[in-house]
Amino acid sequence: MTKIAELFVGDALKEIQLEPVSRIDLIKYAGASGDFNPIHTIDEEAKNAGLPGIIAHGMWTMGNLAKLFTSYYEEGFIEEYSIRFRGMVFLNDVITLKAELKDRQNDRLTFEVLAVNQDQKPVLKGEVVYKVY
Amino acid sequence: MFKEMIGKTSNKVKNTVERGAVKKFAEAIGDMHPIYLDEETGRKSRYGANIAPPTFPRVFDYGVIEGLHLPNKGLIHGEQIYHYERPLLVGEDVYCYARVGDYYEKKGALGEMGFIVLENNGEDQEGNLIFSSKSVVILSEAYRKVQNV
Repeated sequence: MTKIAELFVGDALKEIQLEPVSRIDLIKYAGASGDFNPIHTIDEEAKNAGLPGIIAHGMWTMGNLAKLFTSYYEEGFIEEYSIRFRGMVFLNDVITLKAELKDRQNDRLTFEVLAVNQDQKPVLKGEVVYKVY
Repeated sequence: MFKEMIGKTSNKVKNTVERGAVKKFAEAIGDMHPIYLDEETGRKSRYGANIAPPTFPRVFDYGVIEGLHLPNKGLIHGEQIYHYERPLLVGEDVYCYARVGDYYEKKGALGEMGFIVLENNGEDQEGNLIFSSKSVVILSEAYRKVQNV
């Protein structure tokens, strides 16, 4: 594995494609996070809210996205992690997680991070500032 | 109504970064890395302990901001921002509190929308900041009508 500190601006981290989103994924996240908003787990509640079906917690996708950085833990840590939730994630969507180095200033690496669905539509987008020791 | 809430905070609540909760959370986001889960890996790491994933603070209790009534149903999570001074360590106590950072209104795709910025922060026992976070929560015109806010 390349060291994160050795990346050049324009380099990307190895992207990750998730398994199709399943109901059990969202039930697990509801239990682990304590976010039991029923639009994420119960079809009828999602429909009552005007949605075509249940949608993933935005924080589930944001949580997943951070794993692009996990294996670099000896080199530094995520100092800033900011996300805009851009689109909804539905059951069976296939999400791909991406990060590209945009800028580096001394010990701070700024990545553009992105999660897209199977139609390459961004579902969330933001920035990670990775601080190296 | 929310304008008057700007700056209001909750009382601090003591939370613990529980090993079991970290494991469940790591599973739920599909990030079963040994730095979160394996004690030996934690001990040998620069932290001397396991750490928690960056979005883990979702599970903490931040107390209650008196007078803030914001039913979950129909709210839209627009943005989320975390800032860390250092990673959270498994087993440590974190003193958490919430604050209403801002409230403003804007016309947009969902009518006369409201935007509330909620801050969730965590400190160590000495009061040093470990992390701060902001959630921008969108109140659609429909939500504001139903809730009369």
